[in-house]
Amino acid sequence: MTVLEVSGLSKAFGGVQAVRGLGFTLAAGELLAMIGPNGAGKSTCFNMLNGQLRPDAGSATLAGTSLIGLAPHAIWRLGVGRTFQITATFRSMSVRENVQMALLSFHGGLMRFWTPAAARHRDEAADLLARVGIAELADRACGILAYGDLKRVELAVALANRPRLLLMDEPTAGMAPGERAALMETIAGLAKRENIAVLFTEHDMDAVFAHADRLIVLNRGALIAAGSPAEVRADARVREVYLGAGGAH
Amino acid sequence: MTANVVIQFLNGLAGASSLFLVATGLSIIFGVSRIVNFAHGSLYMLGMYLAWSLIAFFGRGSPFGFWGGVLGAALAVGVAGALVEMLVLRRIYRAPEMFQLLATFALVLVVKDAALWLWGAEDLLGPRAPGLRGAVEILGRRVPEYDLLLIAVGPVVLGLLWLLMNRTRWGTLVRAATQDREMVAVLGVDQAKLFTSVFFLGAFLAGLGGALQLPREPANLAVDLSIVADAFVVVVVGGMGSIGGAFLAALLIAQAKAMCIAIGDVELFGTVFSFSKFTLVAEFAIMAAVLVVRPWGLLGRPPAAARGAGAVEPPLVPPGPLFWPAAMLAVLVLALVPLGGEGYALVLLIDIAIFALFAASLHFLMGPAGMVSFGHAAYFGLGSYAAGLAFLKLGWPVEAALLAAPAIGGAGALLFGWFCVRLSGVYLAMLTLAFAQIVWSVVFQWDAFTGGSNGLVGLWPQGWLKDRTTLYLAVLLVSALGIFALWRMVHAPFGYALRAARDSALRADAIGIDVRRFQWIGFALAGTFAGLAGGLFAFSKGSISPETLGVARSVDGLVMVLLGGVQTLTGPVLGATAFTLLQDEIARATTYWRAVLGLAILAIVLVFPMGIAGALRILVARAGAGR
Repeated sequence: MTVLEVSGLSKAFGGVQAVRGLGFTLAAGELLAMIGPNGAGKSTCFNMLNGQLRPDAGSATLAGTSLIGLAPHAIWRLGVGRTFQITATFRSMSVRENVQMALLSFHGGLMRFWTPAAARHRDEAADLLARVGIAELADRACGILAYGDLKRVELAVALANRPRLLLMDEPTAGMAPGERAALMETIAGLAKRENIAVLFTEHDMDAVFAHADRLIVLNRGALIAAGSPAEVRADARVREVYLGAGGAH
Repeated sequence: MTANVVIQFLNGLAGASSLFLVATGLSIIFGVSRIVNFAHGSLYMLGMYLAWSLIAFFGRGSPFGFWGGVLGAALAVGVAGALVEMLVLRRIYRAPEMFQLLATFALVLVVKDAALWLWGAEDLLGPRAPGLRGAVEILGRRVPEYDLLLIAVGPVVLGLLWLLMNRTRWGTLVRAATQDREMVAVLGVDQAKLFTSVFFLGAFLAGLGGALQLPREPANLAVDLSIVADAFVVVVVGGMGSIGGAFLAALLIAQAKAMCIAIGDVELFGTVFSFSKFTLVAEFAIMAAVLVVRPWGLLGRPPAAARGAGAVEPPLVPPGPLFWPAAMLAVLVLALVPLGGEGYALVLLIDIAIFALFAASLHFLMGPAGMVSFGHAAYFGLGSYAAGLAFLKLGWPVEAALLAAPAIGGAGALLFGWFCVRLSGVYLAMLTLAFAQIVWSVVFQWDAFTGGSNGLVGLWPQGWLKDRTTLYLAVLLVSALGIFALWRMVHAPFGYALRAARDSALRADAIGIDVRRFQWIGFALAGTFAGLAGGLFAFSKGSISPETLGVARSVDGLVMVLLGGVQTLTGPVLGATAFTLLQDEIARATTYWRAVLGLAILAIVLVFPMGIAGALRILVARAGAGR
């Protein structure tokens, strides 16, 4: 079942065409990696899908609903969870409270002025933390957490709205190699078990080729290759972009 | 009509020059040091007074006496600015932004009293410039020659600043530091020297602005806060750190004001509208329009994010088992105070209760919601005037009039908050100050409705609240309940959502929180509770005046919150208590209570940058560790 359908997506900054005519689809339960050298347009594409940038042209629909022109909070309401390249968490709150916030928002309970927030959705929050493997960190303050753990907090928060689609910008950036593999395992497991579509960018090619079901490769804003890891590995244009002209030999 | 418009146009140009000088100094200092120098208006005032004295000393009649005096005053103010940087601000560059602000507030108080001590409370009429005493006839109207000179000063200074910034190494450093000061430090530039020289230049410009204004406006003690509020508007409209923007904005605002005066009275649909009374509304309208279209000002850019982690607030901890019994006991003990008689203590305690509520409402805005307001007194004042007017003009009973206070305070905050939540950080803070200044001016100028500078008198409650003791108990109860309600909201999902938006707007947005909407409601709620405090204030004092909502009151609120410590929820109550007692003690001992207060604040900022509650917590932690 197709969850995300993108076509003709374009964005220019001044004279620089950051993304041009990008199109792809993503199915439920599928891990799609978006790769490409620095400046290929990955972040721009992400920011258009999550509502921070408005594309110049093209369409992006989530299960038939257009995402274009919606604010990030509205896109979240459609069932899109996000993690950021540089983690964004509520640093003055504990790990559990971070997840509780997302749950409160999901259950529509934020506009309450009297009942204490700390007591709400505790069990559900504990459950989410267990699913991403950090149940024991629930009471720690986010401001003092190790970076790898923060990445998992973000994942738990992103799962709180029972998303159909996860947008993950460099999920393993800044983590130790061992942690990376473990986090990718967790993400892949969640996607398969809960039938969540995952679109992620990543610089760590081991993680990409080990876990992605499919890859799309961007260079200078345009899609140059798409397919299974094996197909992309064999693609001459990809080898050229990453290895230079001599890589085709 | 045409002649009038032309004359007012020239008048506007002349007024723009001084405004530009002050605003651009403020802007340059902020650009490099990231310090919002609240004392910038004080430097302007100092420029006026020093010029007055120096001109008298050098001889009023001679051109050397006048121009020597003006230049001497500007240089002296420049040196004063450099000294302030070296002695005070340099020690707190690493402190949270709020403490830097508090330190510059303290300087406002100290400078004001220094001027009072040196030059007295009377306005000092300035000398006219020798050789420029006459007037030129333009279109049959007389325009002072001095105004024509001032018109030229603005563009000349703009040109000189441009040369300084673009043609000298120093200027390159200043521009580089404005864009990325960490990088400039990494490249081995002596930051201390750069900052000191920038303060010298900024202060020099403020001093020059003040000195040049002297022939048009007498030196007076109220000019410091009014000019800094104007300068904030100019900087916000023009764009932080942009010299050209400051010039453009100063012109725009001065012209808008002048045009309002030029239009004068206009008859529309049988009613006479006096545009000359709407100069502040024009200023407000321009600012609002600019901010909606360009949130960072005409020529400004979004602020560069500072690198490195700021101070991280610890998570909220539920109060210990003894907290609520202790708090209730405290309220109970306070309720028993009248048994000891209706002395002065009661008057003081009423003040403390009211200001604790006011400070708590400001804390709600500054702490959990992360929106610093320089103009919170506007909502306090709206509340007190709403209560007072409902009581006097509509003949409402006290209880009903007291309900009008939070309603109108909240309504004002709802209106102004809509604009404020579109900005963040210092931009937001400056905008709140500008709104407060506008409310103050409307109240001050609208004689027929608000009683103008005399205010409203005869607000003594009748009936069961007539008795002082009953009134005290009512104030105590309402304040305590108000503070409790604010506390509940901070711990409720709504308060958490505000803290979430403060911690990371990006993440809040990504989990479905409409950040602006929550901040807007938070802003309105803070205004509502400030309005309630204002209503209580009106009936406990029996009279109110524009001072009730002046900038000084906003500053008092900030000082209370910062004294108590922003991190803790008990902070504002402690801060309000300490501030009210301190102010009362000092005010009885000396006329120069402001200076003493200012020096005390400076000492506290330099010694305990965490506020009273924060310092207490550290002390307790140390005592615990020592055992």
